[in-house]
Amino acid sequence: MAGPTTVDLELDCRGMLCPVPVIHLGKRYAEVPVGGLIGVVATDVAARTDVPAWCRMRGQEYVGEDAAPDGTPRYLVRRLR
Amino acid sequence: MRKAAAYLDSASSEPLHPAARETLSAAYERGYADPRRLHGPGRDARLLLDNARAVVAECLGVRADEVTFTPSGTDAVHRGLLGLRRTGAVGHASVAHTAVEHSSVVHAATWAGAAREIPVDRLGRVDPAAVPADAGVVAVQSANHEVGTLQPVANLHTAAPLFVDACASMGRLPLPGGWAALAGSAHKWGGPAGVGVLVVRKGTRWVNPFPGDDRIDERTCGFENVPAALAAAAALRAVVEKREEVNARQFALVERIREAAALIPDVEVVGDPVERLPHLVTFSCLYVDGEALVTELDKRGYGVASGSACTASTLTPSRVLEAMGVLTHGNVRVSLTRDTTEEDVDGFLAALPEVVRDLRAQVGL
Repeated sequence: MAGPTTVDLELDCRGMLCPVPVIHLGKRYAEVPVGGLIGVVATDVAARTDVPAWCRMRGQEYVGEDAAPDGTPRYLVRRLR
Repeated sequence: MRKAAAYLDSASSEPLHPAARETLSAAYERGYADPRRLHGPGRDARLLLDNARAVVAECLGVRADEVTFTPSGTDAVHRGLLGLRRTGAVGHASVAHTAVEHSSVVHAATWAGAAREIPVDRLGRVDPAAVPADAGVVAVQSANHEVGTLQPVANLHTAAPLFVDACASMGRLPLPGGWAALAGSAHKWGGPAGVGVLVVRKGTRWVNPFPGDDRIDERTCGFENVPAALAAAAALRAVVEKREEVNARQFALVERIREAAALIPDVEVVGDPVERLPHLVTFSCLYVDGEALVTELDKRGYGVASGSACTASTLTPSRVLEAMGVLTHGNVRVSLTRDTTEEDVDGFLAALPEVVRDLRAQVGL
């Protein structure tokens, strides 16, 4: 992804192990309005598979991956419903 | 309190088949000597070993001289795969393997250097068109050990020699065709542990990738475990004889588990629903820790496996689930034994939604 993306909600899940990042996502995604963008910043490698899988299972859109300023992977989710 | 209900992890290891147990004790009486020796006990051991080889060959539909007993399934994989490499030819020593191979294949390919992964689809199946044409060796499993999906081995038509890891299906299903070398593991069909089966197709250019040994069969190494090989053969024969009936029963029970698990909210059943191993099913439960699932089910008497990272020492999730792009946490693999009953499955399916609900409640979901 080119350039930093502005998100409506960023979840700092650094240091958390699976399934905790996805639990945070599941609990808090509704804080953004439909159409809003959520960033999940996670060091856990399972998040790379599990965030897109969550989107597919929950009918949300997985937008892609970029990185937080410190280089930690950030997974972008758009709330569709 | 519920009685210790059911071991549902035959894909890790099937309980020893009674035919193997009977054979073992008798074979320990007669099969202790070095089968290379010319004395009576040596000839006895040789006879038992040759007999074991003949039985396995017959059950698998291959020639007896194509069958080698190895010290484990992993060893059979290592030997089978690495022995096919054209180490002398520049650029032809590389191994291309599917992204969902068993770790023994991946470790062997990595050890050899220049390993390449062939991607799979959401069901875990490899597309024959995705197999690289310029690989030195191609490794494709007969069926996936974690999700049960059968691979289209017969449709591969690779230019390079094909190695098939058949550990997950050997005995349960007939072997596919088209391979140059193939591996199996006896404890996965109810034979004893410590017996691998390596099959090298007659006429294949296969070179021992490891130091040689002076044995009856030059493809293997170490003093032959004759009693275990014979017991493995006895179990294989018993399994093959009954597989039509057992497979049909297991396929239907797994179908019930697939349907019931899919009804639990936010649970995804993965792998091919039809073109699959008869005895195995995997599903993933959103927001649940795989280790906690295994522990809670164990408390209720159900022994299952999990491919979730939370259950592994490495903290990396299952490569299989990752390659398929399915949820890696909250993962449960259920694999039925030959004795798993409808009652066992009913009990498991009664416990499962409760366990998932309780674990989710603990994290506020």
